[in-house]
Amino acid sequence: MWTVAASLLPLLILSVFVFGIQTLIITGVSVLSCVGVEYLSQKWLGRPVTVSDGSAVVTGMLLAFVIPPGVHYLMPILGAVMAIYIGKHLLGGIGYNIFNPALLARAFLVATFPVAMTSAWLPPLENMAIFSYLGSSIDAVSTATPLALLKEQGMTAFTAQYGTAANFYTDFFLGWRPGSIGETSGLLIVLSGLYLLYRGYITWHIPVSVIGSVALLSWAFGGETLFGGDPLLAVLSGGVLLGAFFMANDYVTCPTDKTAQLIYGIGIGALTVLIRLKGGYPEGICYAILLINPMSTVFDNWFKPRRFAPPLAPAGGGK
Amino acid sequence: MASFLTFPKGGVHPPDAKELTADLAVEEMGVAAELEIILGQHIGAPCTPTVARKDRVGEGDVIGEVAKGLGVPLHAPAAGVVKGFGMSAHPMRVSVPSLTIKTDPDAPARQYQKIDWQGFGKEELLKKVHDAGIVGVGGAGFPTHVKLNPPPDNPVDTLILNGAECEPYITADYRQMVESSREIVEGAGIILKILGIKKCLIGIEKNKPEAIRLMSEAAVAGSTDDCLIAVCPLQVKYPQGSEKQLIQTLTGRKVPAFALPSAVGAVVHNVSTTKAIYDAVVLGKPLYEKIVTISGKGIKRPANLRVRVGTRLGDIVEYLGGVTPELSKVVMGGPMMGFAVSTLDIPVTKTTSAVLFLAEDEIDNAPHSQCIRCGWCLEACPMGLEPKEIGLYVEAGRPEDTGRFGVFECFECGCCSYICPAKRPLVQFIRLAKMKAKNQ
Repeated sequence: MWTVAASLLPLLILSVFVFGIQTLIITGVSVLSCVGVEYLSQKWLGRPVTVSDGSAVVTGMLLAFVIPPGVHYLMPILGAVMAIYIGKHLLGGIGYNIFNPALLARAFLVATFPVAMTSAWLPPLENMAIFSYLGSSIDAVSTATPLALLKEQGMTAFTAQYGTAANFYTDFFLGWRPGSIGETSGLLIVLSGLYLLYRGYITWHIPVSVIGSVALLSWAFGGETLFGGDPLLAVLSGGVLLGAFFMANDYVTCPTDKTAQLIYGIGIGALTVLIRLKGGYPEGICYAILLINPMSTVFDNWFKPRRFAPPLAPAGGGK
Repeated sequence: MASFLTFPKGGVHPPDAKELTADLAVEEMGVAAELEIILGQHIGAPCTPTVARKDRVGEGDVIGEVAKGLGVPLHAPAAGVVKGFGMSAHPMRVSVPSLTIKTDPDAPARQYQKIDWQGFGKEELLKKVHDAGIVGVGGAGFPTHVKLNPPPDNPVDTLILNGAECEPYITADYRQMVESSREIVEGAGIILKILGIKKCLIGIEKNKPEAIRLMSEAAVAGSTDDCLIAVCPLQVKYPQGSEKQLIQTLTGRKVPAFALPSAVGAVVHNVSTTKAIYDAVVLGKPLYEKIVTISGKGIKRPANLRVRVGTRLGDIVEYLGGVTPELSKVVMGGPMMGFAVSTLDIPVTKTTSAVLFLAEDEIDNAPHSQCIRCGWCLEACPMGLEPKEIGLYVEAGRPEDTGRFGVFECFECGCCSYICPAKRPLVQFIRLAKMKAKNQ
């Protein structure tokens, strides 16, 4: 878990340069409240305190990464209670949570504070003036995320703000765009993901199937004509990369079988594109993952490991 | 790497830790003042003593027999007087009946003469193997003469000698192969004659190049025109020495669940068992000595010792100069499949291959936590079972419902416990489930 936390650090550092020092404060508040809530939950529930396993730290970082950079500092505290106490410990503690705690908290915050959570997007800073948003009124500077702009005003408005494809591909890939704190830089997310892959903590199955299906389906159905969509924009503009590498493949909430993981990832990708194109929200990865999380148990029952060799006659304890 | 054989599914790569004892020649420990001989040293009914208290016994004399059912006789490991009958501590079965011999330090060692076995028939050879009390010394303790006489409806065509020795630390089979390669190959010849077959494959992991070299030389010398004995170097992967995995590696055949290797035409013997068969048939010497690897940072002087069956661990520790202050855990057997013991008043049996004195930094005493469903145990399990589910069911108090996750196909290699990031004692949960489910 500490390795995962370490792999998330570059994203946090980048967010400070993109959105300002307050992302560090939000992440700090989020991590501290997650650890604190975990400690208190385990004390209240009479369970051994396991904050040192790093799991609450990772949840805290991920929670901060999926909320807008201009939110009030109380937001991550409420989110931490939802993620850790209700989403994790009331369901049985680590290993027993059905939903990804960080995403559950995000969904809770969006549903409870829809305005605060959907209007606190900040445009990337000019000249790395990382203190410029501190203390100022967020309303004055807030902007729309690329996906929201695209959804509500169309490609023309999008191009007017972000320039031509070549421009926004580079900006989005490096992370210079409005969005949640940790989701902006495709480059860093992929690098962090590859590091975890190299260390053997994750496998390629879920990230590849999520990203692949989002790209393919956006390409097919995301444009004016069939196969007229922009797959690269679809992958780079929202939280797909962060979700694919750090949330969809969370051990606890994903199936264990590799084939099941591929199908599971495609399910997430399909739901994401469906929500983006036909649903009310500009971004769908959060709800896609939450909707498919409970399917893990079903997948685990459908996809069993292959036994070494079946018994000769149907006798004994075998299947 | 890819050119070496191995099994396809599961397995782990623990540090092999064999360097502590690999280059130490087998050393004769000598006879302890008292030997405590457990009556049930094999799978099957325990022996009934054929001697009484205060009887004088000679080295190699029969002291116990199995009257009915599966079993082999038991022999006095040294000359002496039967001191009495009692109970002994046992790493798995807690407390088992045993007899104690007070050894005679002045008795001369019994001498054995080589004989020519080529003239013996199958039945005579089988009787010699049975009478010498030979069991699978690799750990299972299954009576060898039974394995050498497979049911006639399953024709056997391949003998496999298991020299994989995939358990970390243990070097007993390795020393046996390095020091007695010719005897082992001759033992293989005896087995081939008993089984009436012509092909023997010897599987050795490639981290034992010296054993591969010497055994190959002996195998070439021991092969004839109509009898092939060949050494097959194997990839280093635990549990390569598991019977089913070894058969799959060398023949491509899969032994069905709950079936014996003869179901796919194979018979597997450990190299040390094969050496014991050689001793029994060529020398007429019963099985009452064992090469045991004593290793770990917790013992003053690690060694490969030839000890008499019945020697207490305490006597071995004393012989090797005692334990070091770092000692944290004593394990009988290998670190993967062995059992931790709480006393040194435990005697060596025919199936003891190692006693490990492990220091704090060689073990993991961290408390375990809840299963996070990472699925690593599913990937590590060579049998395709579901250790995580079995663990959850045992924790939930439902061990009797674990059959559908394959608990009875588990041979307790311990890969799941080794790989588990939450340090869950999965193989211990499985052992518990097996016991509880059997008691139903």
